[in-house]
Amino acid sequence: MTAVDTAPPAHDAVAPTLRGATAPPLARLVDVELRKVRDTRAGAWLLATIAFVVVAMIAAGTAWGVNATASFGSFVSVQVMPMQLLLPMVAVLAVTGEWSQRGALTTFALVPRRGRVVAAKALAVLLVTLAATALSVAVAAVGVLVGGALHDVPVAWDLTADQAARALLIHVVSVAVGFGLGVLIRSSAPGLVAYLGFVLVAPMLSAIAASYVAWWASHGLWLDLPTTLQAFSAPQVTGESWAQLGTSTLLWVGVPLAVGLRGLLRTEIR
Amino acid sequence: MITIDALTKRYREVTAVDDVSFTALPGRVTGFLGPNGAGKSTTLRLLTGLGEPTSGTARVLGRRYADLPNPGLDVGVLLDASAQHGGRTGLETLTLAQRTLGLPARRVDAVLDLVSLTAAEAHRRVRDYSLGMRQRLGVATALLGEPQVLVLDEPANGLDPAGIRWMRDLLRAFADDGGTVLLSSHLLTEIQMVADDIVVIGHGRVVAQGTKDELLAGAGTLVRAADPAALAAALTGAGFTAAPAADGAVTTDAGLAAAGAAAFAAGIAVTELRAGDGASLEETFLALTTDTQRDTLDRASGAAA
Repeated sequence: MTAVDTAPPAHDAVAPTLRGATAPPLARLVDVELRKVRDTRAGAWLLATIAFVVVAMIAAGTAWGVNATASFGSFVSVQVMPMQLLLPMVAVLAVTGEWSQRGALTTFALVPRRGRVVAAKALAVLLVTLAATALSVAVAAVGVLVGGALHDVPVAWDLTADQAARALLIHVVSVAVGFGLGVLIRSSAPGLVAYLGFVLVAPMLSAIAASYVAWWASHGLWLDLPTTLQAFSAPQVTGESWAQLGTSTLLWVGVPLAVGLRGLLRTEIR
Repeated sequence: MITIDALTKRYREVTAVDDVSFTALPGRVTGFLGPNGAGKSTTLRLLTGLGEPTSGTARVLGRRYADLPNPGLDVGVLLDASAQHGGRTGLETLTLAQRTLGLPARRVDAVLDLVSLTAAEAHRRVRDYSLGMRQRLGVATALLGEPQVLVLDEPANGLDPAGIRWMRDLLRAFADDGGTVLLSSHLLTEIQMVADDIVVIGHGRVVAQGTKDELLAGAGTLVRAADPAALAAALTGAGFTAAPAADGAVTTDAGLAAAGAAAFAAGIAVTELRAGDGASLEETFLALTTDTQRDTLDRASGAAA
């Protein structure tokens, strides 16, 4: 069989000019990833569910959660647990959605620098987290005013900046766990199950272990992130809790993210 | 312009792509032909930066694909039409790519028009698309950035005859405008109809490459007579090759006139005399395909034993 002349054509030495001379800026990629968070049916439902839960919790609080005063602080803190359950699901799906439907094939053909796509996804879910937290605080403010008027009791604006910041911290750390598990597992259903295991099952197992193993009872919090995070809802947080947050976050966010990124950046996209 | 040079991809036990080299030139449609599992898709994934080669290089427009700053504006890629999120509408799928590339929104309408997807179809979710519609959507995504190179993996899969005709015309027009087209297929007829150059791959290796005319010309002359043995003897006696073909015909490397003269000289009445019909490429390809099948049969019976 004859072969095409293998001598390279003369113009091979000079690379042709490119139309796409500049890479898409990160802000544009974040905008695209924010769109992907909400443009599928699953994504839209998840965001609607979060909004619904926020409003429903506050409505219930307005009706039944008001005693001597309508406490803004308790209206905000009551939402931490549901948000901690739902927001990280957005993060899991933001990553795994590329793999469950193999959209990664198009995504990484358009943006071959995979790290930039991952960074854009991380920033997008961070923005969603900030927006959702802001929404929950705003709805709580409305709820506490309505609750005070309804029950004719004074409104206590008793949320310290410190407490508000810690509520946000719990959300952000939880979302980071979801993101890390998503990057590690890269499959939607197992990723979601892994996160639910982290937030619901792991604290139970840890409590059981603590009742049998003395060492775990005294040292478990250094590794047990979900239980450590519970301490951050309290009015005061000790220095030890902050240190425990550091080590357990390293375990639950740092390790999955590092292992997952290593694979994600290298794996052949099929 | 696509330059693939000694490209090799080894997985743990298999060598999926083995020292593959070829060039796809501007203004031409290059057909990448091979049976299923021959290494076509792996080669295209390595070309588009979705996998790392074990050795060798693949370059588009003189650069590694991964080094293209905004590749969608220079290279249109469609590797698998079914790899699109079913929960998004066709319109949304295109909008995501349009925004990533930083193109004006009207490009989306332009490519929808180009691939003949109606507004109603564009608003349906991809989950409800036929494979043919997904191919059109995938081609629309590839064309969005008005690239100068197209890389398409099995783009005719799932298209009806009218769709295949449309695809052929589109690729022809793209190449005639100076673009480079590399498309893969496992169907010889499909490649034959559109390609200018053909690269045949089997078991990860290039087994034949050249212009379509070169590859099809290797077929020589077909002669038929009542007594094929006598005809073959006459041809070999005259210094030509003679190989039995289907239905008592003989193929020979003699030209039409020489073959006729040789038969006449031997007093043999020829019942058919014409140029060979591209059998060489077809036979090469068929041999590859049956090879693959025999391999799997051997392995299956080996496992059973």
